[in-house]
Amino acid sequence: MSVVKLSTMGPGQSGVIAALHAEDELYHRLAEMGFRVGNRIEILRLGRFSGPLHLRIGTTDLMLRRSDAQKIDIAAA
Amino acid sequence: MKRIALLGMPNTGKSTFFNRMTGASSRTGNWPGVTVDLLGAKVLLGSSMVEIVDLPGIYDLHGFSEDEQVVRHFLENNSVDLVLIVLNTSQIERQLSLALQAKQLGLPALMLLNMADEAKKLGITVDPDKMSKMLEMPVVMLSAKYGTGYREVHELVGSRVASSQPVRLETIQEMLAEEGKIESAMDKVLKSTVQIPARLPDNLTTKLDRVMLHPWLGLPLFFLVMYLTFQAIFLFGKPLQDGVTWMLDAFRSAALEPLFSHFPVLLKGLLLDGIYNGLGTVATFVPIIILFFLFMAIIEDTGYLSRAAFLMDALMYRLGLDGRSFVMLLMGFGCNVPALMGTRVMRSRSLRFLTMLVIPFSLCSARLQVFIFITAAIFSRSAAPLVLFSLYLFSFATSLLTAVLFKRQFANTEPFILEVPPYRFPTLRQMLMRGWLEVRHFLIRASKFIVAGVVLVWLLTHLPTNVPPGSPQTLAGMIGSACSPLLDPIGIDQQLALALIFGFVAKEIVIGSLAVIYGTQGNDLMAMMASHLDWVQAYSFMLFTLVYTPCLSTVATLKSESKSNSFMWLSLGWSLLLAWVLSFVFYQGARALGY
Repeated sequence: MSVVKLSTMGPGQSGVIAALHAEDELYHRLAEMGFRVGNRIEILRLGRFSGPLHLRIGTTDLMLRRSDAQKIDIAAA
Repeated sequence: MKRIALLGMPNTGKSTFFNRMTGASSRTGNWPGVTVDLLGAKVLLGSSMVEIVDLPGIYDLHGFSEDEQVVRHFLENNSVDLVLIVLNTSQIERQLSLALQAKQLGLPALMLLNMADEAKKLGITVDPDKMSKMLEMPVVMLSAKYGTGYREVHELVGSRVASSQPVRLETIQEMLAEEGKIESAMDKVLKSTVQIPARLPDNLTTKLDRVMLHPWLGLPLFFLVMYLTFQAIFLFGKPLQDGVTWMLDAFRSAALEPLFSHFPVLLKGLLLDGIYNGLGTVATFVPIIILFFLFMAIIEDTGYLSRAAFLMDALMYRLGLDGRSFVMLLMGFGCNVPALMGTRVMRSRSLRFLTMLVIPFSLCSARLQVFIFITAAIFSRSAAPLVLFSLYLFSFATSLLTAVLFKRQFANTEPFILEVPPYRFPTLRQMLMRGWLEVRHFLIRASKFIVAGVVLVWLLTHLPTNVPPGSPQTLAGMIGSACSPLLDPIGIDQQLALALIFGFVAKEIVIGSLAVIYGTQGNDLMAMMASHLDWVQAYSFMLFTLVYTPCLSTVATLKSESKSNSFMWLSLGWSLLLAWVLSFVFYQGARALGY
């Protein structure tokens, strides 16, 4: 099992959140949206021109910028 | 003494509830096993004193984060008689897990579904009795903000804590079963007790997104949707607006003119031409505003706006803004006022301010009226559409320029995380309620401000009383000539300067004021203006009108939304400066080239 940054993953890939290296504000926003270590995450699509990522966690779909996605480690399945 | 602990996720109104419950008696204190200070208070509940502790807001009890560990250690080292779980009802889908964890730990609990009013607005309904049976704990709906349901909670907590036994947990980590069990239990409770507005099946949302968020088709589709929305607003709004104008005119000539006929001329003029016409101008915009909010509420509630934010975020990010700013900017092309109010969804103050600084440059429908009239008067039929299009380009360019120039002053660190909700059908009630709330807000604020504005402009153009209204000898005329050192270099003469003063109140009265100033109207006015102005002057005037300031309502909204006078002045000052520089460069440049 290899750990990669969420920002390097492509559409259709999925994995399990391994670590959140986010500062306070980002951490709270992430937690509010269901980002917790151990939760499964799937990448639906990437925005054009290095736009945001379109993700799915559990029943929640959300978008997240690549710069913020860099702070999230994913254990690829 | 019995002890009650408050448990909940951040931003659920837990602290508001705590303050309401304890009044001013709270103080921070140390607790065994916990290294940080917690807020606690002793209050009289029923017949005995009870201690209430406000635990840090957490997302679950596993204890991965610092705050979660604080809560875990508190519960492992201190006994509690009752845990009050405070949840945000509008996010019940995600928050119910905390209550289930508490249940699994065997904590004596009482669940408060807070922000019940907000959930109701979103169309979410909960069956608290059924939920209470399934979770084996009392469930109460509450709005801590407005205090509804509070008395019930107070009594229930009192009777509950009197009969409950203290519990101290051993090791939370081991007691919590795997996540999967909690999730399936949560699904079961949600399905039978919570109703969320009809949402399209997930696979339909996925299919729609494949088209709406298509790498190449997404943006063109989005612009088409916005174009059709504006078309629809004006298609339905224009007849309504004309109807209101007709009724106001009829009322004036049938009832008000005879009623005030014996009043002194000056007072009558102030009441009818000043206040009544001024308020009338606001009133004629109510249909457009209602429609605007109605359509926007539909688009927003279907979940499409967050898709637009997704599509545009890459560009907006480079300008110091985010995807939501773009949506607001577009709304500004209808009317700046609701667009400014729409920035409330942003949490970061700097992001919100930068967006509000950019919105007033959106070429709103009122400015469009002025430009259509002047281009028709001055430019040939084939050139007119190009002239209009160029003004739209200037509108975009000034917005982008402003964002780039000010993005350092309003640097924002707000992470851009936005839920992409499934597509939903908004209920009719939901749409009407939102439209009504926004319109009421607009009317209350705008009417006060506009009355003051129109009275002032009326007085300026009618005093002193012994000269013709609107002439160079009036106060307004004097202001016009005082401005001439500033306005001559950009080709704006004294008549047009007066129109600019009117235009500060609302762009809708610019054409009317030109009619008063030139003493004619309709086609004659067009001919008159064509003989007075050349195209360079006219274009310079339009550029200045586009940028210098939107209208009094927008300025008032800027102030009330930012709650900052200095921000309002910054926006006003920057717009004026930019307008002058743009017109100066254009006018002098064109003249230098021999036009």
